[in-house]
Amino acid sequence: MNFLLINFFLISLLLVTTFFIFKTTSLISVVALTGAFTLLCSAIYVNLDAVDVAFTEAAVGSGISTILMVMAAAKLPEGKKNKLLNLFPSIILAVAISLILIIIIANLPLLGDPNAPIHLHVVPEYLKESKDFFHIPNVVTNILASYRGFDTLGETIVIFTAGLGVIALLTSNTLNRKTNFKKNKKNER
Amino acid sequence: MRDKISSSPVLSVVSKILFAPIIIFGLYVQFHGDYGPGGGFQAGVIVAAAFILYSMIFGLSKGETLVPIMINRYLMCIGVLLYAGVGIVSIFLDGMYLDYNVLSSDPSTGQHIGIILVELGVGITVATVMIALYHSFASFGEINE
Repeated sequence: MNFLLINFFLISLLLVTTFFIFKTTSLISVVALTGAFTLLCSAIYVNLDAVDVAFTEAAVGSGISTILMVMAAAKLPEGKKNKLLNLFPSIILAVAISLILIIIIANLPLLGDPNAPIHLHVVPEYLKESKDFFHIPNVVTNILASYRGFDTLGETIVIFTAGLGVIALLTSNTLNRKTNFKKNKKNER
Repeated sequence: MRDKISSSPVLSVVSKILFAPIIIFGLYVQFHGDYGPGGGFQAGVIVAAAFILYSMIFGLSKGETLVPIMINRYLMCIGVLLYAGVGIVSIFLDGMYLDYNVLSSDPSTGQHIGIILVELGVGITVATVMIALYHSFASFGEINE
């Protein structure tokens, strides 16, 4: 009962936040509201007992990305107000996507259903083995670092590549550095 | 933005007080990830948040003296190489790539060592990439040097 009440409260707050994200015109308020949105999402994850996901969402979603968005918004020139575009196509698109999502949700297994496909494949094996073999209580860490080590390596490389891309795009003195590099090479010779 | 240093004493005192506890919390999340929620990704972001707070309050140039840009970039690579290196080491110890069982005589201990090293690599990469992202965002559009 408590679970339902908390979930109901959080999801209604989520709806309110979404409404205000839609209504505001100021860029900074949109960024702040998006941060609030992800913080509410992480509260919902805590309520669903997905503490690791909630932690990541709180740290990355509402922490770092809000800071980066604020920085980006501060760099943008003073925004001029757009004329109200023709909303009709976007409304049709939004309604269609929500209908599809509602149909999909109706076909999903119930929350916490032990017979859901995701609980029958490899999960029982992981849960049993990580207790007996790894002696590490947090199964999420086991799966992340050991069973799915390749995936995590890929994720790390994705983050690394993203950082490289941003540095290459945004560093203003790339050209200067290039010439300095050439000069240094010449000096070494 | 580079020279726009916050003049409010409240902000600078609070951020000085908060700096060390944030980093210690990040290290706790990093190395306690085996026992509680957390791990490399979250810890990296938390440690990066401390450095970003410092550069936000005291200005970008002070932040760049604290974490020099080139060292930050080397650390980005070192994190990924540490992760990949654990895999290479396990190949040399007659295992398969990223097979931590062979890292120690006892497979369970080997898994512990492997997981801690791999998470450390993830943490280093995530923290330094976040700092690099912040610094490139904050210094964008300025004519440097």
